Parts: sequence; C-alpha cells; structure tokens
Amino acid sequence: MSTRPFLRLDNIRKRFGSIVASDGVSLEIEEGEVHSLLGENGAGKSVLMSMICGMARPDEGDIVYKGQLVSFASPRDAIRQRIGMVHQHFMLVPNLTVAENYILGQGSALSVISDVDTVHRKIRELSERYALNVRPDAIVEDLSVGEQQRVEILKVLFHGIDLLILDEPTAVLTPQETDRLLSLMGDLVKDGKTVVFISHKLDEVMRVSNRISVMRDGRVVNTVKSAETNARELARMMVGRDVRTELPRDPKPPGRVVLSVENLACRAETGLPAVRGLSFDVRAGEIVGIAGVSGNGQTELSLALSGLLSVDTGRVALNGQDITGLDPAAINARSFSHIPEDRHKHGIVLPLSLSENTILQRYDQKPFAKGGILNRRAIGEHTRDLIKRFGVKSRDENQAIGALSGGNQQKLVVARELARNPDFILVNQLTRGIDIGAMEFVMEEMLRQRDSGRAILLISTELEELFAICDRILVMFHGEILGELPPDRNRLDELGLLMAGNKETAGTCGVDKRSLGRL
Amino acid sequence: MAEINQGVRETVNSQATQAFYRTLSQCAISALTPIAAVLVALAFGAALLWLNGFDGSDVVTVMVLGSFQDTRSVGEILLKATPLILIGAGLCVAFRCSIWNIGAEGQLYVGAIAATLVGTSIDGLSVWVHAPLVMLVGALAGAAWAGIAGYLKVRFQASEIVTTIMLNYIALILTSYLVTGPMRDASAAYPQSARLVREAWTPRLVTDLRLHIGILVAVVLAVALYIFLRRSSRGFALRVVGLNPHAARYAGMNVARNVMIAICISGAMAGLAGAFEVAGVTRRLYQNISPGYGFEGIAVALLAGNNPLAAILSGGLFATLRSGSEVLQINSQVPQVLVLVIQGIVILSVVAFAKLRDILRIVA
Repeated sequence: MSTRPFLRLDNIRKRFGSIVASDGVSLEIEEGEVHSLLGENGAGKSVLMSMICGMARPDEGDIVYKGQLVSFASPRDAIRQRIGMVHQHFMLVPNLTVAENYILGQGSALSVISDVDTVHRKIRELSERYALNVRPDAIVEDLSVGEQQRVEILKVLFHGIDLLILDEPTAVLTPQETDRLLSLMGDLVKDGKTVVFISHKLDEVMRVSNRISVMRDGRVVNTVKSAETNARELARMMVGRDVRTELPRDPKPPGRVVLSVENLACRAETGLPAVRGLSFDVRAGEIVGIAGVSGNGQTELSLALSGLLSVDTGRVALNGQDITGLDPAAINARSFSHIPEDRHKHGIVLPLSLSENTILQRYDQKPFAKGGILNRRAIGEHTRDLIKRFGVKSRDENQAIGALSGGNQQKLVVARELARNPDFILVNQLTRGIDIGAMEFVMEEMLRQRDSGRAILLISTELEELFAICDRILVMFHGEILGELPPDRNRLDELGLLMAGNKETAGTCGVDKRSLGRL
Repeated sequence: MAEINQGVRETVNSQATQAFYRTLSQCAISALTPIAAVLVALAFGAALLWLNGFDGSDVVTVMVLGSFQDTRSVGEILLKATPLILIGAGLCVAFRCSIWNIGAEGQLYVGAIAATLVGTSIDGLSVWVHAPLVMLVGALAGAAWAGIAGYLKVRFQASEIVTTIMLNYIALILTSYLVTGPMRDASAAYPQSARLVREAWTPRLVTDLRLHIGILVAVVLAVALYIFLRRSSRGFALRVVGLNPHAARYAGMNVARNVMIAICISGAMAGLAGAFEVAGVTRRLYQNISPGYGFEGIAVALLAGNNPLAAILSGGLFATLRSGSEVLQINSQVPQVLVLVIQGIVILSVVAFAKLRDILRIVA
C-alpha cells in the first residue's frame, strides 16, 4: 500500500435543512482494500458516499482522490474519474435489456449509438471473468433482485472503475447470494480495485473487510483493522454504549389462543402463490416471531391477516371468531392492531398532521366524531397524550407527520395501534429505518404488551430483533413454515439453514412436530 | 402552584401566538399569490396588445375596470360567477379525493337537460315547489352522470380522465339531438326546447337584472363543502383516500364508496350549474348553453388550491376576466383570438403561481 491515501476525506460537512448528515467527517481509504463503513440507519453512511460519487456536494471539506483535490458536479464526473457506486435502490430501466441499460447515459446526446455487438461482447467477458452470470440480452424486469444487483455491479465495472462503492448490498439477498457477493469483493480487490462496503451487519463486515470505519450521528467514531477487533466492540462503537442484547421479560407461560391460522394460502399481486398453507397459533402473552429472507411471503401473510389481500383457502380465527375474508374495517373492529411493514404506504398519510394520523381508523367513532363532525378538541387531546406517553418528538400535534424522523413516525404508529387496546397485534418490521433509541423503546413496549397479556405476531428480517423479544421463532421460506426454533443465538446456524430453505439438514432437531404435522 | 399555572399559561399562549403567526403567513401566501398571478398575466397581456398595435393599457382600463362600470355589469359578472363557483367548489372535493373529473361540462349539460324536462313537462306547481325541484333534479342528474365515470373507475379501474371526457361528448351530442329532435319547440326557427313554465324559473335577486338567487346558493354550498372537507368525518375519509388510498384501505375506509361520493358531489354541483343556466338565464335548452364553464371550473379549483372557500373568490375572478374580455372585444375592436390568448396567459400564470404557492407554503 502506498504512503499517500487513495482517497482522503477531510472534514466533510453536509446538512439538509436542520438535519446534519455529515458532521466533519475525515476518512482515509487505501488502494486495494475492502473498507467497510459500518453504522446504524441514519448514521450518515450513504450521504457520505453519495458525495464521493457525485450525487451530492459537501457544504464544507475536501475530497482528495489519487492525490488530487476533486469536486464532482454529477455522477458522470465521478465515473470519468473511475469511481462507481451501486445504490440500495437499483438505477436500472426495467423494460430495457441489460446491454441497453449500459448504453444509456454513455456519451453525449449527439454521439453515434455505440456498437451493440461490442457492448454485448464486453458484458460477456466481464460476466465470465467475475462469474456474475449476466446475459446482455436479458430484460431487467425479468431478473430476480439478486440478479439485478449483479447487473448493477457489472454496469459499474463496464464503465471502468478503480473505486467501487456498495451501499447496503446484502439487504435484499439470501445468505447464499450474500456469500457470493462477499467473495466477489475479494476478486475485485485481487484485480487491483478498491471497494467501500456500506453495511449495518456486523458479521458480514467482519468477514470481508480489511479495515472498518464506524459511523454514528454523522461522524466517523473510529477506524479499526478487522483483524484487531470483534463484533462486540464494533456494536459498542456503533451504538455508543453497550448494547443490551437481552431485554428482561416475565417468564410467565402463555395463555389462551388468540389468533389461530389454519392452512392459509393466498397469492401475491402478481397472481403467483405467495403463502402456501400456513398454520400456527399465537397465544395471549407471547410474541411469536416469523423469520425469513424478505420476499418469502411475509408481506402477503400480513396483508391477508389484516384483510388487505384476499385469502384463497384456509381459515383465520381471532378470539375464536372466524375473520377470514372480512374487510379491514371489520377486522380492525375486532381488537386487531397492525403495525405495517411499509409505514409510508400503509401506516401513515405523510401530508396529514399527527392528529389526523392518530384517528385514521377511528375517524368516525366517538369521541373523535359526533354526528359526523370531527371533534377536534378530543382528537387534539388524545394525540397530545400519545405524543407525551410515547415521547414522539414533534413541534405539536398539528405538524405534518412527514416532517418527523422515521423513528418518531414509527412511535406514533405504535402508539396509535396500542391505544386501540388490541388483543392481537400484528407487527411487520418493527424497527425498520428507525434510530437505535426509538428501536429500544418500541421493543421494550412490545415486551410490556406481551407481559400484559396481549398476543403478538412479529414478522421480521432482522434476526437480532427476533432473538431479543420473541418467545419462539417460526421460519418462513417460499410461503411455508419450515420449522420452529426457540430464540437461542446458539442455534443461529440452524436458523440460517432453514431461512435458505434447507429443511433436511436443519430440521432434525429444530422443527416442532405439531407445526410440521399441519404442513 | 399559581406560578406553575402562570408558566403553563404562558407556554400555551406563546404556542397559540406562534400558531397564529403561522396561520397568518400561510393566509398571506394564499391570498397574495393569486393576485400576483393576475398582475403578471395582465402585464403580459398588455405587452401583447401593444405589440399588435393596440393600446396596452386597455387591458387594465377596459378589461378589469370596464367590467365594474355599473350595477348591470356587476350583475353580469355575478351571473357568470355562479356556475364557475358551483363547478369549481364541487371539483375541489373531487380533486381532494384525487379524482380528476374533467367532465363537469358534460355533467352541466345533463343537469340542464333534466332541469328542462322537469321545467317544461310539469305544470301547475307553486314556485316554492317547482323552482327548487328543478334545481334538485338538475343536481341529481349531474351526480348520476358523474357516477357513471365513478362506477367505471371503482369497478373496472377505468381512468376517470378518459371516461369523463368521453361522457362530455355524449352529453353535448345528446343535447344537440334533443333540441333538434324530441324536445324541439316546433314553432321556433332555431333548435331550442320549449320554454320552462314560469313557476320553474329561478327567482331573480334584483328585479331588473338577470342575476338570480343561484349566486347565493353557490356561495352557501361552497361554504358548506369547505366545512364538509375540513370538519366532517366523511370529508376526512375523502382526503385520506385522495392522499394515500393504501393507508385508507389499511385504516378500514371503503375506498370505492368514498370515490363515488366525491365524484357524485362534483357532478351534482355541475348539474346544478346546468339547471341554473336553463331555469335562471335562458329559460330554454339550447345546443351551446355553456361557453365552457365546465372546463374553466377546473382552473377555478386549481387557483383555489382545491379549497371550496377560495373557489368563491377564484370563481369571481374568472367571471371578471370573462366579462372583461367581452368588453375588451367590443370597446377596442381587439380580435377575439387575441382576447383568448390573454385569457390563456391568465390561466397559465395562475397555474404556475399555484405551484409556487405550494412551494412557499412548505418553506413557511
């Protein structure tokens, strides 16, 4: 490695309105290393990297690349300097072929269209060299998420880069695909390229990187060699204190069956089967987790339970009453609360105020409405009460909820759903996109709900969340439940195998006979 | 204890003051941007007239001031404002529910047809019964016509933009067919229906003006729709459906029902406007009973920022511009095409400033 750094960031500052995204970041990346940027959601990793690849410009500070002070006005400038980034959200045109996507944005509007055959040949060469298995004539929308990601990576390689930035690339991948991606990073480094890997997953970061920089609240807290640290130390740096991996809970045995699902099957919007004959019970005073790589039917399961997706076969009973096929209003009215996966799509209405979002389900019920007219005093009082009890940081109850941080939005959703006094709470992705403080708060709140006798179904792709608060964990794969495990971190391997659909190897000791019998 | 109370009261007060100033600045933004829009448009209009060899200042003196010469011309403005306010306020409700009803023109015609039928076929009712009946039937017919597009949307996901435009053609051609065929007054030289019986006429507001009570009905209904949207639980549901139909479904709202209600309200308002045109102004059904009120109503709603209360003012403004352009044409021999261009500039400027206002609101 050379003495002068390949890329040096010097005291970078960037703010968006009142939010400081980068608060004086200094960072050195050396040539030919895999450098991980580790941090919680909202720590400022993506913003920092978007400034390196020309998507944003720093308010203050210098970027020195290959010994030269650089300032990129656009991603094109960065690509010209051989810097490429693969974003969390793919930047591909779905109805074009891979090759057409690569040709897009190349050259000026006046230049002649590139020689298509040459492009195809170059794609095939690169694909073989890095074993990416990308066909140049494939239509992007026909590809799986994992394949699309490889197309994105190959696109950057196609444009010719020395520095590759990967933004949370493993979030959408199965464990196997993740393995493949991590070994690809090794291959790229062998070819003399430098990789910056953004992640919040400790194990992946430990496996692949030479050095790790931990970010918190828009600053780099520390940079360490991965050989000289461990996961626990990294977690402490990320959060700023020791992480409580075990939350205290009442060991009381669960009570009566509140939600009973029998042989449930439904299809996704695409018409393909998504949930294939699920059976399970959730009892009062227990939290049942559903683990699985995203896209294995969890979304459809929660939509079907809450009445937003029609059920093909099977039966759902709540407190002994059949609720299969009822509409959401009827299900909501039967002591059913739902903290949805996609907060912005289902959970809240961004332009409306906190007050209005608080009465989303009860807008026509007393005391919030009388004779069809909204009772603004009662709505305001109720909302102020929830804001106070759940510590939602906001100007007042009339502020638009869209102006709040993700964590505060989620707190209001949790507050609203709990205030409806449910017997059963369906939670999908409790802590997605929220800061660590809010995360701990909502998890503890779920445990309090459990202890007070409510039945909770927690669907999550974050294993830590499941281990922390669940009483038992069901593993979902391809719309089926492959097994049940206790929340025991020592059995992580088993859980991982089940998540990858490997029932035979994992199932011998882990599967609950009762739930298998029903499959 | 008293001190604490005092402290609490002060915080509450300062919060209330802050909220007051916020509201005030929002109101200022709401009120000033349309005025700025009109001023910019008039400046462009003046430049255009000047380039074409006319006196540029005519735009102001003739078009704006000329419209307020006497009570008669003010009455004419209010007469034109009536359908614009009705349609504009109704469309605010549809647009708030994210329903792009472009069919107010057709709904107006269907309202006019229904009003004519009730106003010509029944005789011997008292004015207290017949005149309101005509209005009611016109509104119901407009609602039903809009309801067709609403049903196609909720049942088959057909775009209401397309269906309402197509229904416009059907309503216009239906009117032509009726006044040249089944409903034609055989004794008249032009295609027109028989005259409505006197009891069906909308009562006049001032004896010697054409202005009728429709303007009062329009203002009252606009205020009612404003309260409906802001204060009623149904209005709340309509807004949620308009802003985020997924969240509306999640919350247990019946999206289809709310869509039907919103589009039918806008249709009823347009149908009522049609009834007033027949029963209050022409007394007969003609082929071209509306000079495009249904389309201008869209601009009225847009300028009002989809607020029915503001639609009263923006409806009045568009009516002023409409009469002004007529005066301009007569007094200064400015060709009609040029007048239409000026009107177009006004509408474009209004839409541009409406966008600017939204941006300013977010900043403020």
